Amino acid sequence: MALPQAIKAGLPCMNLLRMTAVPILKQLYLEERLLRSSAENWCIISHGTSLPTIVMGISGRPSELVELKPVLRDQIPVIRRFSGGGTVIIDNGTLFVSLICNKNAIPGLQPYPHPIMSWTGQLYGQVLCEFGDFHLRENDYAFNSHKFGGNAQSIIKDRWIHHTSFLWDYDAKNMEYLKLPSRAPKYRSARSHVEFLCRMKDYVPSRTSFIEGTIKSLGGHFSIRPFDLDELGSLSSSLSGSTKLLTRQELEEAYTSQCVAVYPMYKAFIEPDLQTAHIKFSNKFNPFTGFQNPTYILKSPRNVPVGQIKSVLSQEHKESTEETYDIYLLPPGEDLEAC
Amino acid sequence: MASRLMWASQAASFLRISLFSRAFSTVIKDLKYSDTHEWAKVDGSSVTIGITDHAQDHLGDVVYVELPEVGANAKQGKNFGSVESVKATSDVNSPVSGEIVEVNSELNGSPGLINGSPFEKGWIIKVKMSDAGELNSLMDSEQYSKFCEEEDAKH
Repeated sequence: MALPQAIKAGLPCMNLLRMTAVPILKQLYLEERLLRSSAENWCIISHGTSLPTIVMGISGRPSELVELKPVLRDQIPVIRRFSGGGTVIIDNGTLFVSLICNKNAIPGLQPYPHPIMSWTGQLYGQVLCEFGDFHLRENDYAFNSHKFGGNAQSIIKDRWIHHTSFLWDYDAKNMEYLKLPSRAPKYRSARSHVEFLCRMKDYVPSRTSFIEGTIKSLGGHFSIRPFDLDELGSLSSSLSGSTKLLTRQELEEAYTSQCVAVYPMYKAFIEPDLQTAHIKFSNKFNPFTGFQNPTYILKSPRNVPVGQIKSVLSQEHKESTEETYDIYLLPPGEDLEAC
Repeated sequence: MASRLMWASQAASFLRISLFSRAFSTVIKDLKYSDTHEWAKVDGSSVTIGITDHAQDHLGDVVYVELPEVGANAKQGKNFGSVESVKATSDVNSPVSGEIVEVNSELNGSPGLINGSPFEKGWIIKVKMSDAGELNSLMDSEQYSKFCEEEDAKH
């Protein structure tokens, strides 16, 4: 039995659970179980899960979020967790802090996404502002505009969980398993993973200083009671919970579904006519380079002579001539006019 | 308590937002309401259920709805599904008990219906009510409006 700390007058109790080398799947089972079956407040701090693992939010679809070919090849586990939010790839360098609270634990805090996000942001801001230019940017934790912490929440009738994966350190190679998300915060500005993220260890002197600072900050709102993992019993059972490790079959089906649409239609309806054609495919427009390489296409119903257009452009403009062909795949049985 | 006001204004200046009291959310007259912000429209023994304007406003843009299976059982006060908004998944609880006879599958392709039309197109499930007496523990529109006012005033 852990030694009880002196109860701070008037503050609700929060159990502090510190773990190392616990696989993320077990940690998520535990968190979901504590959220739904416990009536106490919890703080779980964990790191050292060794296998790189992809963790998607509750509505995550692998075909949209994950590079399935290398993931299947390298047998990277893919988990769908019970909370909302985006996709992360976690490894040995990831640090997790999860807060599970009763809705009345923090006076004046409404149990909705935005208030919880700003309250926790303010908590971590207290800890981290001395190490860097800390910001809560559209639900992420960032130094300047570089993200180092991703957040997710699950809110039930009288309780909520807010958990964060902190990039203490990360292996840039692992980011190749993730697609660039279609749903991204505006401040990301279409940057690649490595341009968008930063490592906490480049700002904060040690993991311990961050962890101790967080516990101290929580101590302003709760009476912290250290809790032993052994007191909780087995972590292998998941209740009829939403956290799920995706099977290899599910990942393979997601991969094949990517291949069944456009490519077979090309093979059936275009390739036969290409026997004698000479075609060069070049795609110059890359949406991810953003404003550096814009392509503007001007269309007008007016018949404007070329000379008139040139007269309003600056003297330094450069001209080139290109021929483009738009190829449309008309599904079999469809009428050209109706499409 | 002073600390509550302090962190609220600290958080506000942090995020560069101003704290001002919100305008009224829409409350529909003939519906019944739960204290977890779900509404119930009673039509004989059939009850249509959704979340209120107040709830959708506090949740933000809904991007995904986890619907239950038709035939499953709903229990008053217990969750039957969830909605996902930015970073958060939030339980939806049933105001009445009974068998779930229909779910709004439009929400699969258009989860935003909950934001745009929380009382009509954004309905979530239909339940065959097993105990009409349960309606007595729900609020009417006036009580619910007052409830929302009191909740928002506390924070």
